Amino acid sequence: MSNDKRDVSRYTTAARINHWITATSLILLALSGLSLFHPGLFFLTNLFGGGQSTRAIHPWIGLVLAVSFLLLFVRFVSLNFWKPEDTVWMKNLGKVINNHEEGLPELGKYNAGQKLVFWGQSILILVLFVSGLVLWDVYFYDATTIEQKRIAMVAHSVCAIAAILIWIVHMYAVIWVKGTLRAMTRGTVTRGWGFRHHRKWFRQEVGKP
Amino acid sequence: MATLQSLDIRRRSASTETPPQVRQAPVEVAKLIDVSKCIGCKACQAACLEWNDLSLSQPIGETNGTYNNPTDLTPASWTVMRYAEYENGDDLEWLIRKDGCMHCADPGCLKACPSPGAIVQYTNGIVDFVSENCIGCGYCVKGCPFNVPRISKVDNKAYKCTLCSDRVAVGQAPACAKACPTQAIYFGSKDDMIVHAEERIADLKDRGFEHAGLYNPPGVGGTHVMYVLNHADKPSLYSGLPDDPSISPLVSLWKGVVKPLSLAAIAFAGVAGFLHYITKGPNEVSEAEEHEADKLAGDKRA
Repeated sequence: MSNDKRDVSRYTTAARINHWITATSLILLALSGLSLFHPGLFFLTNLFGGGQSTRAIHPWIGLVLAVSFLLLFVRFVSLNFWKPEDTVWMKNLGKVINNHEEGLPELGKYNAGQKLVFWGQSILILVLFVSGLVLWDVYFYDATTIEQKRIAMVAHSVCAIAAILIWIVHMYAVIWVKGTLRAMTRGTVTRGWGFRHHRKWFRQEVGKP
Repeated sequence: MATLQSLDIRRRSASTETPPQVRQAPVEVAKLIDVSKCIGCKACQAACLEWNDLSLSQPIGETNGTYNNPTDLTPASWTVMRYAEYENGDDLEWLIRKDGCMHCADPGCLKACPSPGAIVQYTNGIVDFVSENCIGCGYCVKGCPFNVPRISKVDNKAYKCTLCSDRVAVGQAPACAKACPTQAIYFGSKDDMIVHAEERIADLKDRGFEHAGLYNPPGVGGTHVMYVLNHADKPSLYSGLPDDPSISPLVSLWKGVVKPLSLAAIAFAGVAGFLHYITKGPNEVSEAEEHEADKLAGDKRA
């Protein structure tokens, strides 16, 4: 998108669109889900046109998320397998949190924290999708017993909260680590950003012909 | 049912406001169903359909050609007679139970409901669905220990027996009690119904039903629909009436600790991020690193 030759390409246009469809649907799901989770948040149903329409629309947004996240998963899974340097990185998490990344092993496209976000959301969204189908009474009421629906309800609530917590970590990382957001808006990062945070990946990128 | 100004509300779903407490209902009401006097005539079912205007616009359920007709509770059948054949030694007993909402003192449906005021408990003990507030999520189905609420495909709202709250509000007995030809269905104050049940149970015991007793299950705080059973030691004989019903621990978990803990965790995550930012500050790329990166890129590309 930018023609600055100092920019390093990090995400293709297709990857960015895929990411933002996932992000939008996840936020809408969190808002509509929380509105039916806690009475104090019931007012959020107004964003979706009232309680009945919130109840009706939530599972459809869930379907969008499931498909969109599946594409994202296929796109990024090979970059998210655990490497020995990830274990070292995790052991030095204290240094990372204190903004002292120097001296840690050089990293590929993703660090251990990003990989945990990826795998955490992958597992949670799988559970949310399956339990969500169990709770989609309009179409699947007769497919399960009431006791199974109760189990699905608890699983869906707990996994949704866990996914929201991971989302908060994901969001905060963008606020904290400057120069990150543009990877998902413009598709590029600066050379210095690549050098500081993902040097192994940066070497590969600049080594390309 | 709609909200009835003539009945005060004790509990309201998904609401934290204090309910009005100055007016107190003089009595808690109860319906007493004496299965030993029931002849299975279905007058109660017909009266229920008629009083509640249920049979005109939609099918009331399905039949399989037996007395169990309709085969189950539906959004338009708030009470059904359930017929069970029980071989008691050499005797064949026909156990007939009028099924429907039990109007629990501790209602699982109300506990599970996420929509403010869609389920209320009146001070007289009746648990009522206020349909205009219902969003059709089906949480009440998961909360109910008796498998009573049904979600309509017509309007995606939950329905069940109201204990004829509109009739009770004006001093009338429920339609089913009024229609019953053998007076197997009594209606009055809960205290009076317990006294009456005791007389009936003593009579049944005299006649050889040594396990006759009152079904008023303590697991849900007692109910405002009670049964006199001739086999009170085995309620499940009566077409699966729960032996010891209570709100599922899963529902208690979901609506108990999970709810506040979740919001606390979300708030904690937000606060932790904010504190980190104001104490450790942002993670920024230094000039030196940009320079190093240029060198690395330049070297490789030269």
